[in-house]
Amino acid sequence: MGTIFFLILFPTVVAILLLVLKADAARDIVVKIACAAIAAGSIYLAVQYFTKGTQYFDFESHAVNMTMMVIEIILAVIIVVLAIRYKKILAAILAIAQTPLVCWFELTKGHDIEVANNLYFDRLSMIMVLIIGIVGSLICLYAIGYMKDFQHHHAGAPDRRPWFFFLLFLFLAAMTGLVTSNNLIWMYFFWEITSLCSFLLIGYNGLFHKEENEDKVATNNAFRALIMNLGGGLGFAVAIVYLGTYGGTIELNKLLAMGNASQVAVIVAAFLAFAGITKAAQMPFNSWLLGAMVAPTPTSALLHSSTMVKAGVFLIIKLAPVLNGNYAGFMTMMVGGITFLLASFSAISQSNGKRVLAYSTIANLGLIVVCGGIGTAGAVWAGTMLIIFHAVTKSLLFLCVGTAEHNVGSRDIEDLDGLFGKMPRLAMFMMIGIAGMFLAPFGMLISKWAAMVAFVNAPSMFGFENILLIGIICFGSAATAFYWVKWLGKMAAVVAGTKNIQQNVHGSEWFAQGTLVALTIIVCLLFPFISSKIIVPYLNETFGGIADLAISSTNMIIMCIMVAVILLLIVFFFGRTNKKIVNIYLSGVNEGDNLQFEDAFKAPKPLALRNWYMDSYFGEKKMNVIGDILSSVAIIYVLGMIIGFVIGGIGGGM
Amino acid sequence: MNGYVTMIIFVVAYLVLAPFVGGLLAGIDRKITARMQGRVGPPILQPFYDVGKLFEKEPITVNKVQDFYVLCFFIFILATGAFFFAGLNLLLVIFTLTIASVFLIVGAFSSNSPYAQVGAERELLQMMAYEPMVLLTAIGFYIFSGSFDVSAIVNLSGMPFFYLIGIFVGFVFILTIKFRKSPFDLSMSHHAHQELVKGLVTEYSGKTLGLIEIAHWYENIFLLGFVFLFFCNGTWWGYLIGVVVCLAAYFLEVLIDNSFARMKWQVAINSAWIVALCLGIGNLFILKFLLMV
Repeated sequence: MGTIFFLILFPTVVAILLLVLKADAARDIVVKIACAAIAAGSIYLAVQYFTKGTQYFDFESHAVNMTMMVIEIILAVIIVVLAIRYKKILAAILAIAQTPLVCWFELTKGHDIEVANNLYFDRLSMIMVLIIGIVGSLICLYAIGYMKDFQHHHAGAPDRRPWFFFLLFLFLAAMTGLVTSNNLIWMYFFWEITSLCSFLLIGYNGLFHKEENEDKVATNNAFRALIMNLGGGLGFAVAIVYLGTYGGTIELNKLLAMGNASQVAVIVAAFLAFAGITKAAQMPFNSWLLGAMVAPTPTSALLHSSTMVKAGVFLIIKLAPVLNGNYAGFMTMMVGGITFLLASFSAISQSNGKRVLAYSTIANLGLIVVCGGIGTAGAVWAGTMLIIFHAVTKSLLFLCVGTAEHNVGSRDIEDLDGLFGKMPRLAMFMMIGIAGMFLAPFGMLISKWAAMVAFVNAPSMFGFENILLIGIICFGSAATAFYWVKWLGKMAAVVAGTKNIQQNVHGSEWFAQGTLVALTIIVCLLFPFISSKIIVPYLNETFGGIADLAISSTNMIIMCIMVAVILLLIVFFFGRTNKKIVNIYLSGVNEGDNLQFEDAFKAPKPLALRNWYMDSYFGEKKMNVIGDILSSVAIIYVLGMIIGFVIGGIGGGM
Repeated sequence: MNGYVTMIIFVVAYLVLAPFVGGLLAGIDRKITARMQGRVGPPILQPFYDVGKLFEKEPITVNKVQDFYVLCFFIFILATGAFFFAGLNLLLVIFTLTIASVFLIVGAFSSNSPYAQVGAERELLQMMAYEPMVLLTAIGFYIFSGSFDVSAIVNLSGMPFFYLIGIFVGFVFILTIKFRKSPFDLSMSHHAHQELVKGLVTEYSGKTLGLIEIAHWYENIFLLGFVFLFFCNGTWWGYLIGVVVCLAAYFLEVLIDNSFARMKWQVAINSAWIVALCLGIGNLFILKFLLMV
């Protein structure tokens, strides 16, 4: 338990320290030490409880509850003040709607509810803590070098890096709290802090700036994220109050123990799943995550890979046992499925690297959400694997795009032409990241495979939704392959006459990316171990055993061998040839440099190659409209029914 | 133990025989095509002579990395077929095929040549067009037989074909794309005089090109294996029907090749996806319904 406290309190202390440290050198050292300590702490915590299974900690403290409530009220006041200052009244309304609700509940009904265990640590928390501790701190490390460049590029703006690092570390602390809280009020507290942190990080270039320095887009996008997440927070608050009032508990494990047939549990699960859907940026709430990339790259990397959106899918995966085979699960899987398909399509039409990554995140989260919504052991296996692989590869890709942007001057994939020559190491890293995202035998594909099997095997409520989801995953993965390979191809292109410019990249950036590359490969090679030692025991505890794994151990071993074969092939054959190098074919009019051809007037003309975007098929706007409508229908249908039932029930009782 | 021995025999047989059968089929294809066009046509063994000649060419390349990608493509195409004939999981087979295709495409991209790159993009589009149907085929087999393993499907007592007719038709439809036949030979074509030169493989020559050709023979045999699977029912006459239908399907593809002009890429993706939606998913619904009753 002590290590959990350390992982919550230490980053908080570091955050406050970084807020007051103004000197670059001091900050560098503090960040480096803190990152090492957090990563080490999370590994130590995992080792400590590796063999112990789920542990609960009572840790009863009135003072902690009171402190949390006071902080919550202060945060609500801050939100209201900012909302009024920036004329975003909706944010104020949502804050006013939920904080008093939770406080009222805590002081009245909640006061009488006995909480046996406030904290817990199980293998799913272990996975999350490792992701937060290792991937999260690598991103913070990367931020040291990146933010120096960033400050350099924004020379006129005041240096607000202390604020930036304060938020990063606070985020890590809140995430650790979120994944280890058994008391739902505690979880809600951390949930709200992550919402607020992401709001402030997205608004880094906008909020609190003087008029002339303010990036209006940043302010607006920050508020959009805040409003959507406060909406989810309201769902969370309603869930707590309902659970406390009708279920007589506010503990997560007791909620899960009620099972998927309990009426109270289903209603609570539906509201919590709604909160998860907003946080995981599912349609119709996906716009906040796309808007989030106005912030500096470490923010995007953090939001997309190890924190924020992962909190949303963590909650949904956690709730799987009560989502299985009921309306709450139906809503969850429909929203996830629709999001996966349409976000994958949208990604095809994007040329901005960060937007491709964002849509791919939304799509992958969609798949995880479907897995949680199906709620069988097989589906949860797939969802958990997706969380792990996605965290590692997506953070790697974001950090690579960030570095490319600072050195090439653009984040547009079309401008990354010839990156293989300009920044060979970065291009290789990106290629590994992309391969990890979708290609067999690398991780993500294994999860998709398992998800597909889980979809076929899941018992069906209406008889049609499984086939629908299978169709969705078949078409969605075809689209996924398309947008990744065209990017991969761009990275692989060997363009003549490029100059190596990668020596300007900061050491901290290389270190973070290199470690993530190593992690990607290690996770791909060791995933059968992760499955048998961490995920399967978790499933055994949660679902009372898993009938059989979607992917047999023989197939897992074959996949690992394939990874190894590819690595060996790269080591022994990549870039080695004794053949004579000749020019490419340009209809016989190659000027000799592979870059120009002779036009009809005998003048040299440069050749340019561009990718396909298929806007008329997969235009972003169209996809978003369709997705928003369909997913809204699913949410309104289920939540509407539940709210009607609840109000009817209360009315009937009177 | 006995299972492993048969497995190894099948894999070795595939690795040794597939290029001969594949090459022979290619030769027959050229002969039939010639006859359809009123020509005499080359000898049946011409494809082997062609590849032999490719291996004697001067070794040249446009960059240092291209050959690596082709090597990987070759290895993984062989692995795909080997997994299939070893009786392993259908999804594993499909995913291995995908990685092989990706290597070929990335190799073409790496040349930074306009013809190769446009070919690569079109190949990608074709991949996107056929992949849903291929995956749905595997799912269909799974719902019918309860297993993704080829070894289990081969020994079923009922013939999958009768329950998966829609999926069978859909699969034969996308076979046109996979065999690179007109009207969907967008990314590279064996017919001369096209706007894309040799598309995807424009920048390959000599041995490398020969390897790609041999890989295609392997791939074609593996794809026909998929067709064969529809007719397996554990008896010798089921296998016989399977082989006959494979040959008939191959002939059909040759016929289609010669009776259609190449179409636009929009037609390829539209038609393949509509087929996957209607025949593939439609068939799954009906199958699920049949199994419930």
